[in-house]
Amino acid sequence: MSNENFFFQAFIYLAAAVITVPVSKRLGLGSVLGYLIAGVIIGPYGLRLVGQEGQDVMSFAEFGVVMLLFLVGLQLQPDLLWRMRGSIVGLGGLQMVANVILLSGLGIALGLSWKVALAIALILPLSSTAIGVQALTERGLMKTFGGESAFSVLLFQAIAVIPILALLPLLAASPSAANQAASAGSGLAGWQQTLLVISTVSGIVAGGRFLMRPVFRFIAATRLREIFTATALLLVVGVTLAMQAVGLSPALGTFVAGVVLAESEYRHELMSTVEPFQSLLLGLFFLSVGASINFNLILAQPLLIAGLIVGISVLKSGVLLGLGKVFGLDTNQSILFAFALVQGDEFAFVLASFAAQSKVFSENVAGILIAVVALSMLLSPLFMIAYDRLLQPRFTSSRDRGEADTIDDNENAVIIAGFGRFGQIVGRLLLANGYPITVLEHNPAQIDLLRRFGWKVFYGDASRIDLLYAAGATQAKLLVIAIDDSEQILEIVDLARKHFPQIKILARATDRRHAYELIRRGVDVMQRETFGSALEMGVEALKLLGVRSYKAHRAGQMFKHHDEIAMQEMATLDDGDDALLMARSRQLTEELEQILQSDEREITHEVDRAWDIFAQQRDTH
Amino acid sequence: MSQQNRILILFAHPALEKSRINHWLIKAVRDIDSVTIRDLYEHYPNFHIDVKVEQELLLAHDIIVFQHPFYWYSSPAILKEWQDLVLEHGFAYGHDGTFLRGKKILSAITTGGSKQAYCRQGHNYFTVRELLAPFEQTAHLCGMDYLPPFVIHNTHQLQDSEQVSKYADLYRRAIVLLCNNQIEWEQLPQHAYLNHYLESVNIALESSLHVQ
Repeated sequence: MSNENFFFQAFIYLAAAVITVPVSKRLGLGSVLGYLIAGVIIGPYGLRLVGQEGQDVMSFAEFGVVMLLFLVGLQLQPDLLWRMRGSIVGLGGLQMVANVILLSGLGIALGLSWKVALAIALILPLSSTAIGVQALTERGLMKTFGGESAFSVLLFQAIAVIPILALLPLLAASPSAANQAASAGSGLAGWQQTLLVISTVSGIVAGGRFLMRPVFRFIAATRLREIFTATALLLVVGVTLAMQAVGLSPALGTFVAGVVLAESEYRHELMSTVEPFQSLLLGLFFLSVGASINFNLILAQPLLIAGLIVGISVLKSGVLLGLGKVFGLDTNQSILFAFALVQGDEFAFVLASFAAQSKVFSENVAGILIAVVALSMLLSPLFMIAYDRLLQPRFTSSRDRGEADTIDDNENAVIIAGFGRFGQIVGRLLLANGYPITVLEHNPAQIDLLRRFGWKVFYGDASRIDLLYAAGATQAKLLVIAIDDSEQILEIVDLARKHFPQIKILARATDRRHAYELIRRGVDVMQRETFGSALEMGVEALKLLGVRSYKAHRAGQMFKHHDEIAMQEMATLDDGDDALLMARSRQLTEELEQILQSDEREITHEVDRAWDIFAQQRDTH
Repeated sequence: MSQQNRILILFAHPALEKSRINHWLIKAVRDIDSVTIRDLYEHYPNFHIDVKVEQELLLAHDIIVFQHPFYWYSSPAILKEWQDLVLEHGFAYGHDGTFLRGKKILSAITTGGSKQAYCRQGHNYFTVRELLAPFEQTAHLCGMDYLPPFVIHNTHQLQDSEQVSKYADLYRRAIVLLCNNQIEWEQLPQHAYLNHYLESVNIALESSLHVQ
């Protein structure tokens, strides 16, 4: 591919996406459908702007799916995964078994040989992870019961692809061709292959656990953002290569890597780094799916294809609805669960081509399968739209929300940016009272120290908006800004105000001028970093000077109250006019002194009149 | 002489530096061996009362004294907070709350108004005993004996130190008698104030109790 040609292709793909996706999103059709339609438009049956190289683009874009699984893995801590084991094996396994039995039975009934019927039945029940997860995430339904169930099934399918790949050649009409295909991957015996697979996966787990953290710490300490990005991409690419070398699904490998790293402090940073690449590549993937739909084939046998799509959609959703009922999902969640998984899977393209190569069935059958899967992908967003528009409004959402809250333990209601001496005190108090916190800290040495004491801290610069997104700022209630750089605090306040209007901001002020800035920005809570402790020490000093502790306490409180009012007032004055500020400041100080010394100067004040027996005496006599 | 009673004085005055009488009362009893003075405002300026410590103090004493100026016909705020927190269910009352049973409790209050002001004809309408009913009933609920209160009226008119030291002496006498168990307990209910009992008893012991 020449340079010029490459840029032209890139231009076509990008332009198609930029034009179609926002329109589709505006029309409420979602981004996936937008990409698919854009693919059809630029494809061989549309404007013919892309042609033969579509296949190459697709295999490149499949990397987007690999990255998607890495991100999904990052969002799933191992303990959460362990808790989901029941639904992964139960729901996922039963879904496969039921569909395979029904589909192959149907195939045999329609006169196919049992081998062909079984091969097709193994390919079609798979549902697209990319579309399913995208559709659920876009709607914020990922953490509902329906969403989690759908994800369990997708996870099981991602694992099931491996045995299916092994099984397909065995179904070949002529055994010799099968052997050829089976041994194509490697010249190793079965047990060697198994050993290799196990050691590769455990290598990824061990590497993620013990090797990657020091590597990321080293990289983070350099403070070079692009090198961190490169490291993250290197990790994903490396895992992909390793998995391909042993003939496993790269998506599964990166998923495992993601899960292992979900515990590490670099979770949010990795998410926000990989996410843009993943989104773009996934978009490219959908584009190439759209472009690869063979309309000639569809037009040649429109009824067969339409029948297959309808039949398979009904069958799949029927099985999923049934399973949803068996597993105790309510109707609303069952429907969501079924509709999210109705589409065919990108792995189906791979499997169908592979089956054709292995001579399980003809190229023509493979073509039809690919067309059916691609069209079902094209149609799947319509199911979700139907769910959004018609079904969901009929169910009360309050209960779903309650359920979502109990499942949601990934992102917390409180984000603390900066976990030095200031942030730690805030965080410890919240934790002690049972409020989980998400902590962002940009000093690797500090994170290391905190992690050793069992704190869950994430690496990242909180002034970057994508990191705040990754930390869950769209759902969080509070953002505590406790970093020590005053300029950065203001930046974060501005960013958070703009992007997360729902969040309440509690900001640390480094000095008076900074406090004025924060007040003007309308933060919900502003606290000067040294004020509280200095005030307390002042109160202790008063006590040691012989002032009764209750009086000292009240004097401290009064000082604080007065000072806060003064702060608010001073903040509204023009910052530029120093003379005015100074004058007003002096005046306020004098006022405060008068109040505090009212006993001697006989200036009555509501506070100091309290318990004043002389005042009482004057009243009664 | 029978056994010594240990006395806990729970003292509540938010502005002792302005006090005209309580300051002297406390001074008068401070040096008695079996008396513990607990200055609540000094210990808990932010009202964060340590319930465990307070309960242990109660257990370690036989007679509890609430000493405070009479604010708004009741105690200063911290003593109410103390009651709300320390007199827990299961400790002070309730089926298993028998820890205070049999202890005695005394209100020692100072008030600006005269005794005449605290009656139906006076401008406070109710008697001091009536107004102290919440304290008395709290004591009953906890299974404690509520003694007639020690009351000093007319604190606004206290002009000279002679008057003040007279009251201080009286208070000291009361506390010492309570300590030494030299009270004829069965006679107490006849008196509205502990002061009246003290006046009525034989003051033969006075010489040995004289302050300084």
